[in-house]
Amino acid sequence: MLNRTADNVARATPEPLAKKIRGISDKGLAWLFISPTILLLLAINIFPLFWAIYLSFTNYRANRPNEVVKNLGLSNYQRILGDQDIWIAMQTTAHFVFWTILLQTVIGFTLAWLIDRKFRGHAFWTTIILVPMMLSPAVVGNFWRFLYEPQIGLFSYVVSFVTGIPPTNVQMLSNVELAPWAIIIVDTWMWTPYVMLICLAGLRSIPEYIYEAAEVDRASNWRQFWSITLPMALPFIMLAVLFRGIENFKMFDMVNLLTGGGPGSTTEVASITLKRQAFESWRTGYSSAFAIILFVAVFGLANIYVKALNKVKQR
Amino acid sequence: MSLTTAHSVVAPSSNAKLIAGTIIIAYALISIVPLLWIFATSFKTPPDSIAYPPKIVFQPSIEGYCNLFTTRTRQTPEYINSLGPATGFCDETVRKRNMVIAGPSNFLPRFVNSLIIAFGSTFCAVFLGTLSAYGFSRFKVPLADDLLFFILSTRFMPPIAVAIPIYLMYRELGLSDTALGMILLYTAVNVSLAVWLLKGFIDEIPREYEEAAMIDGYTRLQAFWRTVLPQATTGIAATAIFCLIFAWNEYAFAALLTSGTAQTAPPFIPTIIGEGGQDWPAVAAGTTIFLVPILVFTILLRKQLLRGITFGAVRK
Repeated sequence: MLNRTADNVARATPEPLAKKIRGISDKGLAWLFISPTILLLLAINIFPLFWAIYLSFTNYRANRPNEVVKNLGLSNYQRILGDQDIWIAMQTTAHFVFWTILLQTVIGFTLAWLIDRKFRGHAFWTTIILVPMMLSPAVVGNFWRFLYEPQIGLFSYVVSFVTGIPPTNVQMLSNVELAPWAIIIVDTWMWTPYVMLICLAGLRSIPEYIYEAAEVDRASNWRQFWSITLPMALPFIMLAVLFRGIENFKMFDMVNLLTGGGPGSTTEVASITLKRQAFESWRTGYSSAFAIILFVAVFGLANIYVKALNKVKQR
Repeated sequence: MSLTTAHSVVAPSSNAKLIAGTIIIAYALISIVPLLWIFATSFKTPPDSIAYPPKIVFQPSIEGYCNLFTTRTRQTPEYINSLGPATGFCDETVRKRNMVIAGPSNFLPRFVNSLIIAFGSTFCAVFLGTLSAYGFSRFKVPLADDLLFFILSTRFMPPIAVAIPIYLMYRELGLSDTALGMILLYTAVNVSLAVWLLKGFIDEIPREYEEAAMIDGYTRLQAFWRTVLPQATTGIAATAIFCLIFAWNEYAFAALLTSGTAQTAPPFIPTIIGEGGQDWPAVAAGTTIFLVPILVFTILLRKQLLRGITFGAVRK
């Protein structure tokens, strides 16, 4: 009797929907769904990261696995911070990041602004412009070596045709002055569409009525651009700069294939130095310390930047 | 009703449109010249490819494709004449250069490696990503924001820095230069993108669908399978293509962690050499074959591109 009442009460009480599920509870299901991803990332990203941190305090060399590993304390880090070559590589990286981002932002924003004029066929041409950024930087970058060949390369030919410099003298990849620009040109060619696409989204997010109001107030086009267009598209521009900045800080593929860091070490960016130290000189402990410093730098910069980005968004 | 016309007051003038259109079309044409040049070079003979001035009009040849798929040895004309008749177009072309086909090149196995690794890792990343994205989208997960940031942050790491300990780890586990090792690695890199993108797509599916299904007696798992997944098909397909493109294009890990049996096409293509240097028509042929799938995917994806490249941050 009592039992039946309890049953009836239980049946009458509306249970939360989630509890109705036969089998696994929601909480169990959530962990069942999420944990494989977390475990994979722990195994493939975090465990190796801790291993690298351990190695960075040692003199371990991957090509001599049987040698006794000595604990060096912080001396790898001290040596890196005092290493002239590392500082030069960091400067080279900064130089690349600065110029590629400047060029890509200016050209990308201009293109987006022009596409936003919505001329006939703009969707088709936008798709054409977007193609380079989807391709493999390594495979396409490799082909640019051919375009840059003095005399027979198309790029060199066009440059000498336009400027009148003898075609054998346009040595984009072996000239100390030109080699960094050879890489900047390819990177800009490839990634300007990326910045353009994000800027375009920014421009399209600006409501029409703001311009209409400005028009009523007789604000000049120039004034409208500086007071409406640019500030309102700014969070998008900064998002593009953030993504490109992080990617170009890590730049490896193109440089490795176009110049391999040369001539000399004029295009030796941080990733190339790291590769040379880790996989050519096999200074595993030393290069792990450098890798950790790079991690910290990327995370630090990204964090500062994200904070700045949020401030802009709040305005 | 009022004096407003059908046209917005801020619509660009037709003059502005003309100028904008001209500049954009000019930029688009210039920016695809390198790609057209790759395509054209793949159909040139080696002498045509290094002619000065560069040849725009030329006699098309498939010698580049022949060279891409074969290895060849130089022989004396007497030896070549002593052979029987050529057994195909490539054989004939090669013999004209006093060479005979010695065997297949490594391009096809490398290309197959690329296919296996790209599709394998994409499948795993999308599978794991869909589950996690659903978990984050529908359940109260403790520290969800921190976990999501953690998942994204793994993508910020420079590949060369990650490659050092991975190299050691794979050496210990016997995963060096194996397809399985590369699939695991690319899955780990891609899963962050998959989770972020798919969470956005699943967030957009109204919860009411599942709730209705559950009232009808489905379990949560069945509701996920029968109502959420079919709704998320477009998002899953777009995510899969992004993962596929990443894995297909990846170079740094592949160059450092594979050398032979599991090497993919990107580190292989730059090493294609002929007699006396790089065989550019063959490189161009390999590049063309390698790029065509991506071109097709880019066109299919163009509406989702923005979302994909910003990890779902910008949705339009």
